[in-house]
Amino acid sequence: MKPRGAIQIAYLVLIYGFLYLPILVLIVYSFNDAKYSLEWRGVTWTWYRNLLDDPDLLQAALNSVLIAALSATVATGIGALAAVALYRYEFFGKPLLQGLIFVLMMTPDIVMGIALLILFASLSLPLGFWTLLLAHITFNIPFVVVTVLSRISGFDRHLLEAAKDLGATEFQTVRRIVLPLLMPAVAAGWLLSFTLSMDDVMVSFFVTGPTFEILPLKIYSMARLGVTPEINALCAMMLGATLILILVAQLLLLRGRS
Amino acid sequence: MNEWVIELRNVSKAYAAHPVLRNVNLQVRAGEFLTLLGPSGCGKTTILRLLAGFEPADGGEILIGGQDMRTLPPEQRQVNTVFQSYALFPHLTVFENVAFGPRLKRIRGEALRDQVMEALRMVKLEDLAGRRPGQLSGGQQQRVAMARAVVNRPRVLLLDEPLSALDYKLRKAMQLELKQLQRRLGITFIFVTHDQEEALSMSDRVAVMNAGRIEQFGTPRQIYEAPENLFVARFVGEINNLPGRVVVAAPPRYDIRLHDRVVNLKSSRVFGIGDRVNLLIRPEDVRIWREWEGSAEERAALFPAMVEEVIYKGSTVDLALRLDSGDALSTTQFFNEDDQALMNLDFREGERVFVDWVHDWETILPHEE
Repeated sequence: MKPRGAIQIAYLVLIYGFLYLPILVLIVYSFNDAKYSLEWRGVTWTWYRNLLDDPDLLQAALNSVLIAALSATVATGIGALAAVALYRYEFFGKPLLQGLIFVLMMTPDIVMGIALLILFASLSLPLGFWTLLLAHITFNIPFVVVTVLSRISGFDRHLLEAAKDLGATEFQTVRRIVLPLLMPAVAAGWLLSFTLSMDDVMVSFFVTGPTFEILPLKIYSMARLGVTPEINALCAMMLGATLILILVAQLLLLRGRS
Repeated sequence: MNEWVIELRNVSKAYAAHPVLRNVNLQVRAGEFLTLLGPSGCGKTTILRLLAGFEPADGGEILIGGQDMRTLPPEQRQVNTVFQSYALFPHLTVFENVAFGPRLKRIRGEALRDQVMEALRMVKLEDLAGRRPGQLSGGQQQRVAMARAVVNRPRVLLLDEPLSALDYKLRKAMQLELKQLQRRLGITFIFVTHDQEEALSMSDRVAVMNAGRIEQFGTPRQIYEAPENLFVARFVGEINNLPGRVVVAAPPRYDIRLHDRVVNLKSSRVFGIGDRVNLLIRPEDVRIWREWEGSAEERAALFPAMVEEVIYKGSTVDLALRLDSGDALSTTQFFNEDDQALMNLDFREGERVFVDWVHDWETILPHEE
């Protein structure tokens, strides 16, 4: 009994250590009072303060939030309607469309990034805000569709019939029954999109231009010159923000289910 | 002036080449409590769905109030449905669920409140108006579904096995309530069920369905006492089936040979000599003589049998008998205070008894496999 218990504990420690130790180290060192050394020299807020004083960095963060919010909103609108359509109607090419949504989710980012770059180049669109926004909307849509579809599939189909039976038109049914019931999934889909967009490097690397810098790319270029404590601090802040968003998304989904 | 509130003329419907309704004709009077009774898959729910307008018929005509329904979508029909799953809107309160229909008719303010609360009072739920469906019991949800439908004052209320999710006692109570509600409102009810007892006790008329057809359409009494075919006889209540052959035909009376015995019986049907028939007898119409009862000559006219099983049921004792001819016969004996001999019904397994039945209470049908 006893040796087995010890092995189990060791196994768990290894797994969780492997998964979360790097993140923990990053957060801890974001408070380390030393510029280049891995040696521990006490706690400081300097790096966080430096970040907030850097106008370029703040601009990049603002750009990232803007792109994330806009792309999440547009993707949620398109994705939620697509999910309703996939659930509610039979139309030509429906299985194909459903398959394509999954293909889009599975496509490697680098493939999507290059594909979009080629597309934008052939349309001679200047790389920058608009191309970046379009790209982010594209990769966010499938995640919204899947989130909303999984909730809508759990519905009692008779709910929609009941609404019509009581005198509601198609539009009234969608507005009064379908949309309110979908709200939690729609909100969760938005938050998921926002997070995906906030930390995307690969696709953004190909489709944005020098005129429009976003946070993940900024970090990437900073890290090429060596990992500074500022980067640690920045990553820690992004991690915190992401965790909060994920937490809110999960809570919304849970509340919707009960 | 058309006396039918609903009329189905030669209605047929198939799902993916599999027919679920075959040339169904049905006429429903205004204010009637009509039950569609049948096993699952017989097409009874499909009739409701066609009437509600959720699906189009493949052929035939559907008239509601004399008006052809072909092009009318569900939201414009003067019928409302109570779903088997209730289909209450989970995000709305009980009040808002019931108010859903009236609101769409642009009823607002005081008038809306009055209508909704009246409907809720009718199903005794006025205290729970602020709750969500998820906070209610099954019986309460059922009542909300009723209130949500009747608040719209439909011409016809369609009920799709609305009591099937409730436990036995609650179902009994709701049967009574539904019937009373129907009388009070004067709305035509079309009620779908596979429970024959429910059908008989609640309905003005019953349509027994099987495999997309209406097998018999009549009052509960007609259905139970004069089944038109073997399916109806077997589906509605328990029944014994004895094979026989007509030996003398003098309509309306016939001599029918049952194994080694000939009985003289009346039938409104016409049979010829030599026709094979099924003699159908309800278990409660079978009479039993015990070995020490009756004289020898009385006994000569009876069928000897052996008790195979005794099932005590509280108010009755059911016996499974085996006639000497080999046919099985089930009987239901009621405890009878006037009959000292039968009073305790202490039948033993293996006991020899003599049986016959109340003549002319049987049904004679042409033989079917």
